[in-house]
Amino acid sequence: MKYLLSAKNLSKQYIQTHGFFSRKKTVIDALDNVSLNIKKGSTLAVVGESGSGKSTLARSLIRLVNIDKGQVIFDGIDFLNLNSSALKAKRKNLQMIFQDPYASLNPRMKIQSIMEEPLLIHKIGTKLDKLKKIGLMIERVGLHISDLAKYPHQFSGGQRQRIGIARALILEPKLVICDEPVSALDVSVQAQIVQLLKSLQKEFGLTYLFITHDLRIVRHIADELVVMKHGKIVETGKTDIIFQNPKTTYTKKLLASIPGTKKST
Amino acid sequence: MKNNILEINNLKVFPKVDTGNKLVNSISFNVQRGKTTCIVGESGSGKSLTALSIMQLLSKQLELSGKIFFNGSDLCLIDSKSIRRKRGNEIAMIFQEPMTSLNPVLTIGYQIEESIVVHNNLTRNQLNARINELLSLVAIDPERASSYPDELSGGQRQRIMIAMAMSCNPDLLIADEPTTALDVTVQAQILDLLGQLKKKLQMSMLFITHDFGVVADIADDVIVMYQGKIVEQGSVDLVLNKPKHPYTKALLQCVPDALGEKTLMPIDYKKLEREMAAI
Repeated sequence: MKYLLSAKNLSKQYIQTHGFFSRKKTVIDALDNVSLNIKKGSTLAVVGESGSGKSTLARSLIRLVNIDKGQVIFDGIDFLNLNSSALKAKRKNLQMIFQDPYASLNPRMKIQSIMEEPLLIHKIGTKLDKLKKIGLMIERVGLHISDLAKYPHQFSGGQRQRIGIARALILEPKLVICDEPVSALDVSVQAQIVQLLKSLQKEFGLTYLFITHDLRIVRHIADELVVMKHGKIVETGKTDIIFQNPKTTYTKKLLASIPGTKKST
Repeated sequence: MKNNILEINNLKVFPKVDTGNKLVNSISFNVQRGKTTCIVGESGSGKSLTALSIMQLLSKQLELSGKIFFNGSDLCLIDSKSIRRKRGNEIAMIFQEPMTSLNPVLTIGYQIEESIVVHNNLTRNQLNARINELLSLVAIDPERASSYPDELSGGQRQRIMIAMAMSCNPDLLIADEPTTALDVTVQAQILDLLGQLKKKLQMSMLFITHDFGVVADIADDVIVMYQGKIVEQGSVDLVLNKPKHPYTKALLQCVPDALGEKTLMPIDYKKLEREMAAI
């Protein structure tokens, strides 16, 4: 099987109402016939401005958003037609890392419990197995075992993102969806997290769907690239080829807005 | 010197309960009239504290020593009444998060008006004309004056913040990571706008960022800060193309480039400490 995930003709509309008494409604196409394939072990980046539908795409793939039309085949299974118990079992293979490391960790839980929760939900391992697993994973992402007894507010943004990554990887997923995982971080921390994601990909044979608005990061992590605008895919192909030879004016505009390119051209 | 709008001499910021650690440690630099100076550094390097010291907006738990000359007068020595007269009038500041800097229950027109009337005595008609002028200056339809902040996008909100900062034609604009929370395309627009305004209104700018890409686009001079100290300063070409200090070199290695020519390298702090000790 060549593709770990393939999505066909995904469509999702949101209906916007204008005030309580108004009958006027606007239909927004968050996703308009979007199709994409992700090869096993590779990284596919989805790039677009805010409002382009890239986050709706990520959320619809893991069924956090129910889509109107389309098909998602993940790991050989029609993912959108699973019933809830089968979905729960399958979601183990599909984890997500979120943008805001401040908002995605429960401030009232210790890191130990945050990391244990996915294992409890999926009933994996004995108490001792869990402890061992959590200990190994937290050290793998560059933190210390003693950090497990701390609360999220005791960590910096970069460290919190490491915890988010550890939580996503503890279930040994096949596909990890990264929704702007480095956009909220300093450049120096950004570089650390990108390196970490790359080395984890090699070690565990992970497949990434990487969502971002920053084309500079894409160049360093993605094999293939999908450019989205207003819910539609405007360009798709190998990252290097798109960077050297962008076909659509929109992609050209995105490339031109990368900071630091003005003076060199 | 007449050429410098801002001269900072031996600025130190430290907690009132002196633990001996300096958050900003004896830094000195100048901002030249009509030029853009960028302060670059990671979080915790003291770059935002430096900006807040200039505005005299430091938290009460912090104390500062040193001299901050703005247009020839020392901002640390004048009383709070005169500093309030300068703040927003001669020196303006814009912040990273435009949503938290705007009041959600007031229209943007009202908020721009507020920043004008603090320093000027204008009639109703003059005020309205000035608000329209400021909104068109930042390329926002003057009709939007009656909108609330939540009806605007992130980029538009930052434009409103810039309009408010421009309301009294400041001599110096301090911008504390104004584009960090924005999309890349919107960031490019805002940087463009700031560049144009700087020329049009003959402002000087002190721009704080962690992104060397942004620095390359807008800076004339660069100051690199690390752990409260200035480790390198100079013209933008010199710092970007011939960095001398190991920290500047390491930080430049972290910036992802669109050409994909260099490998992304996180900072190895242990190696950096060794190299810095060797200097």
